[in-house]
Amino acid sequence: MAEAHPVGFQWVMEAKKRGAKVFHVDPRFTRTSALADTYLPIRAGTDIALLGGVVRYILENQLDFREYVLAYTNAANIVSEQFADTEDLDGLFSGYNPDTGSYDHASWQYDGQEGNATVRGTGKERDSASGLEHESHGEPVPARAPRDETLQHPRCVYQILKRHFSRYTPEMVARVCGIPEERFLELARAWTENSGRERTGALVYSVGWTQHSVGVQYIRTGSIIQTLLGNMGRPGGGILALRGHASIQGSTDIPTLFNLLPGYLPMPHHADHPTFDEWVDSIRHPGQKGFWGDSRAFAASLLKAYWGDAATPENDFCYGYMPRMTGDHGTYQQVLNMIDGRVKGYFLLGQNPAVGSAHGRAQRLGMANLDWLVVRDLFMIESATFWKNGPEVATGEIVPEECRTEVFFLPAASHVEKEGTFTQTQRLLQWREKAVDAPGDARSELWFFYHLGRVLREKLAGSTQRRDRALLDLAWDYPTHGPHAEPSAEAVLKEINGYEVATGRPLGVFTEARDDGSTAIGCWIYSGVYADGVNQAARRRPRHEQDWVAAEWGWAWPANRRTLYNRASADPDGRPWSERKKYVWWDPDAGEWTGYDVPDFEKTKPPSYRPPEGASGPAALAGDDPFIMQGDGKAWLYAPGGVLDGPLPTHYEPAESPMRNPLYGQQANPTRKIYEHPINRMNPSPPEPHSQVFPYVFTVSRLTEHHTAGGMSRTVPRLAELQPEMFVEVSPELAGEVGLAHLGWAHLISGRAVIEARVLVTDRLTPLRVDGRIIHQVWLPYHFGTEGLVTGDSANDLFGITLDPNVLIQESKVGTCDIRPGRRPTGPSLLDLVGDYQRRAGMTPDRKVPVVTTDAAGGDDAAGSTDEQSAAAHQDGEPHA
Amino acid sequence: MGLKTFIQGWPVYRQLTGTDPLGRGAAAQSPRSAGLTARTETADGMARSVCPYCAVGCGQRVFHSGGQVTQIEGDPDSPISRGRLCPKGSASKSLVTSPLRQTKVRYRRPYATEWEDLDLDVALDMIADRILAARAETWEDVDEQGRPLNRTLGISSLGGATLDNEENYLIKKLFTAMGALQIENQARI
Amino acid sequence: MPDANSLYGPLDPAPDAGWVSAPPRMGFFTDTSVCIGCKACEVACKEWNGVPDSGFDLLGMSYDNTGALTANSWRHVAFIEQPRPAGHRTPPFAGDPTGPATSPASATAGAVTAADTGTNPGLPPGQPEAAALMAAGPEFLGMPGARPPGRGTGAESRTDFRWLMMSDVCKHCTHAACLDVCPTGSLFRTEFGTVVVQEDICNGCGYCISACPYGVIDQRKDDGRAWKCTLCYDRIGAGMTPACAQACPTESIQYGPLDELRERAARRVTALHERGVPEARLYGHDPTDGVGGDGAFFLLLDSPEVYGLPPDPVVTTRDLPKMWKRAGLAALAMAAAAVAAFAGGSS
Repeated sequence: MAEAHPVGFQWVMEAKKRGAKVFHVDPRFTRTSALADTYLPIRAGTDIALLGGVVRYILENQLDFREYVLAYTNAANIVSEQFADTEDLDGLFSGYNPDTGSYDHASWQYDGQEGNATVRGTGKERDSASGLEHESHGEPVPARAPRDETLQHPRCVYQILKRHFSRYTPEMVARVCGIPEERFLELARAWTENSGRERTGALVYSVGWTQHSVGVQYIRTGSIIQTLLGNMGRPGGGILALRGHASIQGSTDIPTLFNLLPGYLPMPHHADHPTFDEWVDSIRHPGQKGFWGDSRAFAASLLKAYWGDAATPENDFCYGYMPRMTGDHGTYQQVLNMIDGRVKGYFLLGQNPAVGSAHGRAQRLGMANLDWLVVRDLFMIESATFWKNGPEVATGEIVPEECRTEVFFLPAASHVEKEGTFTQTQRLLQWREKAVDAPGDARSELWFFYHLGRVLREKLAGSTQRRDRALLDLAWDYPTHGPHAEPSAEAVLKEINGYEVATGRPLGVFTEARDDGSTAIGCWIYSGVYADGVNQAARRRPRHEQDWVAAEWGWAWPANRRTLYNRASADPDGRPWSERKKYVWWDPDAGEWTGYDVPDFEKTKPPSYRPPEGASGPAALAGDDPFIMQGDGKAWLYAPGGVLDGPLPTHYEPAESPMRNPLYGQQANPTRKIYEHPINRMNPSPPEPHSQVFPYVFTVSRLTEHHTAGGMSRTVPRLAELQPEMFVEVSPELAGEVGLAHLGWAHLISGRAVIEARVLVTDRLTPLRVDGRIIHQVWLPYHFGTEGLVTGDSANDLFGITLDPNVLIQESKVGTCDIRPGRRPTGPSLLDLVGDYQRRAGMTPDRKVPVVTTDAAGGDDAAGSTDEQSAAAHQDGEPHA
Repeated sequence: MGLKTFIQGWPVYRQLTGTDPLGRGAAAQSPRSAGLTARTETADGMARSVCPYCAVGCGQRVFHSGGQVTQIEGDPDSPISRGRLCPKGSASKSLVTSPLRQTKVRYRRPYATEWEDLDLDVALDMIADRILAARAETWEDVDEQGRPLNRTLGISSLGGATLDNEENYLIKKLFTAMGALQIENQARI
Repeated sequence: MPDANSLYGPLDPAPDAGWVSAPPRMGFFTDTSVCIGCKACEVACKEWNGVPDSGFDLLGMSYDNTGALTANSWRHVAFIEQPRPAGHRTPPFAGDPTGPATSPASATAGAVTAADTGTNPGLPPGQPEAAALMAAGPEFLGMPGARPPGRGTGAESRTDFRWLMMSDVCKHCTHAACLDVCPTGSLFRTEFGTVVVQEDICNGCGYCISACPYGVIDQRKDDGRAWKCTLCYDRIGAGMTPACAQACPTESIQYGPLDELRERAARRVTALHERGVPEARLYGHDPTDGVGGDGAFFLLLDSPEVYGLPPDPVVTTRDLPKMWKRAGLAALAMAAAAVAAFAGGSS
């Protein structure tokens, strides 16, 4: 946190000053470790084993916040007797289908609900990253499930959790993670001792956590701990994701993502959502508890904002114009399609995949096979010059005279040359005022896309093609100003907020949304940001003039709530859990919820409220159901659906690992997304042979002095001089083993690429003792590329492409490699070196990566034919198949 | 300047007649030093802004004079950052005023080995033509069962996490209407 | 109490330099125990003061690629990697299969690669071979003298480890030799008690460079003039905080009236001692030290040498008045002799 979010770290220092104990877990000793009370070096890719150890510690010692757990979670729910755990199936859950590499969730349901109509095979959900859709809402579940409030039933969630994590002992943590037992226990003790009624503990992760083939389950393990300890929805608690771009939260809420529409509405799927009603019902799940019950109004209002007058209740608000997904259209699938020549044009908008995305070579070769590429950026970045300066030009793979891609570089306006809102990592929108005009041809994206749309519509005027109706009917009238006809960002914000169509009155809150076409809302969760016609995101009441919640600085979605699910900061009766930790509570005299924050609950619904039989939507939420976006109002320790790789987190080895999984026969996530493409060869891991060709673990992350792919830091002398060269950090032990000299050169080889870096030998890296052997890890910054004031090879070139099944995010925080002293070869001989390693590791073009590595019937670990293994798992891994 | 003023301004005069006989302080202060003031005090204006790097959302004050940014520093009013900035945020003025920033449209023809110039309006027009051509070539109306698809998989886009909400909104709206499904950003990476 | 206009001993420097009704003396207290090494101070300083870059060279001194305070770096964050216990903390590598400490990162090594910083004298000439020696592997460990200070203490593993960071800056001495020797009056004492080079006066003679007991002041090669921290004279004159202190995320750099800072620092040391950090100590806070106390002082977690600071700095002009006095007496004696000679001659 001190390393990549230094200004946020001031609050950790404040907490420390007040006596908080700070633990830092990282493969390398960073600037955060230097200030932490305890640092735990960990083998990259083993966080679930560590956190699972904490879960076990809590349960074995009965250290959970029992009142909270009973009232606010699904701990007491009883799960179907058809459910089989990884303990039973050697690392698989029941319902696994090896043909699709995905699970049927029927057996994961609560007792008696196996026939829940929404349960399906989940291969399709994986391809459309529907896990991401659940960022703000859970999978549907029936409101009532059988429960055992004593938590004794052998199939209640609490007991299942206990069994599932029973093997995550301190010894196992040491064996898997390389964290000595005593150090692990120090963490577990401190975490539990500082949680409960009087105290709360916070979990902060950087989004490297998401860059694993089990990334979503990393975060779920953290959630399970924080829920068991009663740290959710309470001050000083929670889970904070440290996101890395100024408005990456905003670009998820108002998604420039293929599978989502604004406000986490799903992009329609051709088979599931042929009609408006089917689309809407798949979101609101008729009969379901919670605020998604109103999603027909959110969906209708979005389409009304898109197609204006043309969108009417009679024509389903132009739903027929919406493009439909058929599968995986994610960025990595796109890149492979580019290599295969299926994509014509590509826009890069302030993003530099040649350096910042996994498998840089695939990125660049993809771009070299386009008809045209549009790059909009402040500086000349590697993704704009791949045809000229990319590493493949040196190897002869890209010859400028033979590369057909037409490239448009359009200069972009900077953050001080335009106005608009960023949404920061805690969902807070802040408006930026414009300071100066952009230089020369530089323009905002607002300008570019508004005028691009205008020109497209002009060119299509009079077209009778059916496909052009959506463009021609689009509501595309925004007021413009100034010599360049800049569109008004405030007008766009007002549309995002939503307004009453008849009067233009901005809506105050999303509960004003209607499904009859009388409201238009660009992003329903942002409703209220323009309440009363006032730009609430531009509020800047100084911090000294308000309390510590600072509710009058900017605006947070939803409804300006600063802490989500804050109803949980009060007990079931609505009283604060403790005076020390009071935040939001029920005021019986006033008959409303009150407190420091905007209550994340219906303001006048008393704690004693119980829904009438047959209620649905918000009315079905009881007065003590704090998790109001969940289908049952509860926090889920166990997910009966919605998480594609299991109802509980399980330690799997990374897709590339030098180790056999010490916990199960199943080596890696059996549902991870694998792309079998000639360019995407994954290094072998046990039980496959030849993993020793790549004996070292490498991980990458940020330096304080640089930003992401370097486009905004390697171009700035003030920053470039502070970290002027690509380097690799190695422990003295590894330096001795391989023969690396401080400040000398080394090159690193994976099955995709070879890169070189200067060597920093440092005590901050340590070998780890893991499962009886010594594992060496090296660390690299991923900021470098061929353009800018300071240049170097790109660490992301080393990675292959393997994705988390829930959100299709790549595993780019851990891989295996070899490291050698000296500089890498140049020219075509560089390819020979990679080819040599591929040969030695058996990475032939026709090799299939084994997905299922367990014979749950008790066979031996096996690599070899995937098909045979899959068949075995199919028979033995699905008791009710 | 009168002779008397001139003489009184002479450091040696001040040294000998003033309180600083060794000439190390008040007497040594140059007119430039005496006239110094912070350029933020004399700026034409100050815009309240937000740091463009990570997602902490630190407040920035952007001072400008004569249409140029003259200083960017932390906004002490911000409850998030309390006026502080990291090295990247502190370098924001250098970022936006960098001579390395591209300010002209650059164009690379197919098979060319160098960039050439292009008018912005022409570029916009050419891009629009290419979008329409790509759509025409790769449009999918319905699937094999006749269910609507309304899309092109011939156009891709990547980016948005560094942009404004309003910009992402227009991008998503326009691409969706174009049938261009394949838009992605850093949130996937 | 020393005489007025003394060049040595405790005093309030601004009134001493002729400022009537001077504001309180302002300074920096840099608390290295909360420094996160982010270098915001280095950047904010350069942004405000328009300081040029100091070269794009990887120095291999941990994360320090600035190297030293120079004319082109008025703040410098030092990084020291040490196999030493970090006080109250749990030993970071306890239980890990680590070998003896061998890494080179201690800045005390001074084994700096040659980097042209565009300044004069800039960094000392590079000794990359020394850096290489320290890291090339276990086989070099036995070589006497190859280890940087603080190493070879007999520890068999680096169970203990700490990473010290410190933002260094001009000390704005109570008795500033640079100012005393400046022949042009370019270096002067401001009303805030700080020491500032006036760029419109400096003629680049360079006397100040050798006078500085901390090696802070430095000449820029291209214009020959001397440059260093001004404690943001323009900003503090406008009632603002210097750029580095304003940016510092963790309040490691604190700006304020020196008296207040000294009290705060004393409390901080006490608090750290109570928390089990006995190594916490102040540096440059004492008005009776060799420079009369620094306007910019520090809380350190090790001896000053570890951070590259002189342990006992003395104003290089300490004996100047005495010398002048002697010279004066000698001159008087000469004159008397001359008079006597004339007198004698006329008799």
